[in-house]
Amino acid sequence: MSVSAVEVRDLEKVFSRRKGLWHRRKRAALNKVSFTMERGECVAILGQNGSGKSTLVRLLSTLLLADGGEARVFGYDVFKEARTVRRLVNRVSVEASFFKRMSAAENLSYAARFYGMGPSETRREIPRILQRVGFPPNRRNESMENLSRGMQQKVALARALLTSPVLLLLDEPTTGLDPRSKQEVQTFIREIRERHDSTILLCTHDMKEAEELADRVGLLDRGELLFLEPVADVLQRYEVETLEEAFFAATGRTFEDEKTEDDEEREVFA
Amino acid sequence: MAVDVTQAFTRRRIIRDELIGLFGVVERNLYLTKRYLLWDLAFLLWTVANTLTIVFIARGVGISPVERNSLETKLLVGGVIWAFLGIIFEIVTETVAWERWEGTIEYTFMAPVSRPVHLIGMGVYAVIYGLVRAALVFFAVVLFIGIHLPHANYGAAIALLAIASISFIGVGMMTAVLPLVSPEKGTQLGFVAQGLMLVVSGVYYPVSVLPDWMQWVAKISPATYALRGNREQILHGAGLAWADVWPLLVIGAFSIPIGLSVFKIGERYAKKRGKLKRSG
Repeated sequence: MSVSAVEVRDLEKVFSRRKGLWHRRKRAALNKVSFTMERGECVAILGQNGSGKSTLVRLLSTLLLADGGEARVFGYDVFKEARTVRRLVNRVSVEASFFKRMSAAENLSYAARFYGMGPSETRREIPRILQRVGFPPNRRNESMENLSRGMQQKVALARALLTSPVLLLLDEPTTGLDPRSKQEVQTFIREIRERHDSTILLCTHDMKEAEELADRVGLLDRGELLFLEPVADVLQRYEVETLEEAFFAATGRTFEDEKTEDDEEREVFA
Repeated sequence: MAVDVTQAFTRRRIIRDELIGLFGVVERNLYLTKRYLLWDLAFLLWTVANTLTIVFIARGVGISPVERNSLETKLLVGGVIWAFLGIIFEIVTETVAWERWEGTIEYTFMAPVSRPVHLIGMGVYAVIYGLVRAALVFFAVVLFIGIHLPHANYGAAIALLAIASISFIGVGMMTAVLPLVSPEKGTQLGFVAQGLMLVVSGVYYPVSVLPDWMQWVAKISPATYALRGNREQILHGAGLAWADVWPLLVIGAFSIPIGLSVFKIGERYAKKRGKLKRSG
């Protein structure tokens, strides 16, 4: 029987923060979000900061518990069968996140051990995977703190791919990168799509990136998924020519609009 | 077609993967020690100086040279165990604190290695590293002050510390959860646990000088038996005394499962509240 790669039904996540001594302020980071992804598909979720993109990625990564609804990865319940799901998923986030004094090779070894890769396997695989992401082999024993942001993000991609995930969660992987590094990372994501049996969920606020890389594009706004369709269908539905215009048509705001106090609070919470 | 991980991950494969995960935690800590070696040497110097300030107290007391040597040894054992316990708590607490600071916490906590293996890996490294440091501090102070230890049974002392470490790791797991609950202040609370445990355990004085209720609490503190046993072993060359070993084994048998359960509750709380993420 064929099972969807990702199946999310009415997913809810509410964060609360203390306000004063007795009160807690609650904000819905995700509000009854539902969607499915098929195996091998690349889906991009667009949204401003604080829209709930990272919350969605963290829920699917088993780092958060939902307040309602359900999420399944290849048929396994993300919250009840977390350890099984963890074997299937890996991610790249906006921050490269490494032990800065350790080298790229040491950081990759550490990550790989948690996925059952022994020393002989990592000695063979780490140089191979670093070469594939375009990381200079002679720099693999340098401390991460000596590497540029673009280089660090390549190591982050290598870390995610080293464990052969069948679901790859990319949370703004090119944010903050210079144009050349951004292009290299995007090229590599295309290569993963073409050569591997990976399903990719790409969360980004770069509309061009979403349009170029994804089969379908979704818009998450203030915790609600407003649409998730192929770009052509989105443009047709709102009778517009660009995704920016579609965002305006769907929300009544421009993508760069100033945020309200509510949005800023949601950004901090999420 | 669905991904059938139940076929790919048999029980044998899972055990193998968990052992590799445990090795990975120890290996990572070795890498970090290597990278921060000069800092570690600076902290070692501080620990030696701190222990000397305690041991020199014996020099100011008007007693015979033999009694002074005995008092210096008792204070030294207290100082070394204080430092050893500090290292265990510090490293086990870093399970969360250091990863949060570096930003790797999300990657580590979404990896498929089980939490007990992860925490025990931290504990194993903490004990190895702590024993090496304790030995260095001990001999540095012995040489500096010129303490005579003709009967010391070092093998038994190390064995007793290793047995006590099971309980220390269990308590350390309970404190390791604190940075998950409070990223800002949680790590410091680990030091509170260390201080509370030692104050009731007779770190620089006999337990008998404590108020009755503290003496009762001392009975469930693993440090009480480690301190008592180590003093006998270093001063009089005693072996592993069953009177010290069995309470440590019993406390260890309770503290590890309790520590794991407390951590599990803390992790669940952090996942519910969204605290399982990098800070800064």
